[in-house]
Amino acid sequence: MTGQVEDSFGGGGWTGALRRRAVAVLPPEQLLPDRQPAYVSSWIYVFGVLTVAAFGWVLVSGAWLALAGAAWWHSSTVGHFVNSLHLWSVELFFFFMVIHLWGKFFMAAWRGRRALTWITGVVAFVASIGTAFTGYLVQQNFDSQWIATQAKDGLNSVGVGAWFNVLNTGQMLLWHVLLLPLVVGVLVVLHVLLVRSRGVVPPLDAPATGDPATEVSS
Amino acid sequence: MVSLVAAPVNLDHPGRYLHWGVIQISVANLVVIAVMVVVFVLAVLLPFPRGRRRP
Repeated sequence: MTGQVEDSFGGGGWTGALRRRAVAVLPPEQLLPDRQPAYVSSWIYVFGVLTVAAFGWVLVSGAWLALAGAAWWHSSTVGHFVNSLHLWSVELFFFFMVIHLWGKFFMAAWRGRRALTWITGVVAFVASIGTAFTGYLVQQNFDSQWIATQAKDGLNSVGVGAWFNVLNTGQMLLWHVLLLPLVVGVLVVLHVLLVRSRGVVPPLDAPATGDPATEVSS
Repeated sequence: MVSLVAAPVNLDHPGRYLHWGVIQISVANLVVIAVMVVVFVLAVLLPFPRGRRRP
């Protein structure tokens, strides 16, 4: 009751102001909806959540590898299994993400004030590629040495080799396990919140939303 | 047991590559791209199970 009075008078300090702003931008029923437009009942709409699910497995298997140490998978069968789990969850992550990208491209998903949703998705895709490349560099085998010596010339030619040195395994490990996953994670959260805020993009020939007759349960 | 968990395709050899002018791609990557295209087409064409309708 007190909170309602403070809200109606605009009180509550910066936390209250932030809460009111957050609820105004993304009301709870929009953040966690229990019904979706009928056009969402299509297989092409499941690849976004499949990508997020694969990303979850990437993070879990990656955290497991990080806890056990970068060289663990060379000497342990369990480590080898977890490393394979990491690899194949990344393969599925990109597999689903590319199909999600094709689907959204061909339905022009940037329509209806969804440009920022599209842009955060594209940047997350590019950041994911960078994260995957640094993963190849921290395998601690001849493969990673070969990739590093090939990549250094390209990166030096564009002038970033002094700050992004692929021959420095420690630097690449930290990019791979901390900085780039943080970037991808933040972008994915922003992307999903924007989808919730703007709604799922309708097909090009879909009727206007808001008609309960065209909605189904999620 | 080993045969049960072995890869369905023998992977114990250097990768095979296709060359077409300046384009060079491994057979493995080409197969993955082809499977993605097939899955994309199926996702567009196959009917989705009908959900519950609200009264």
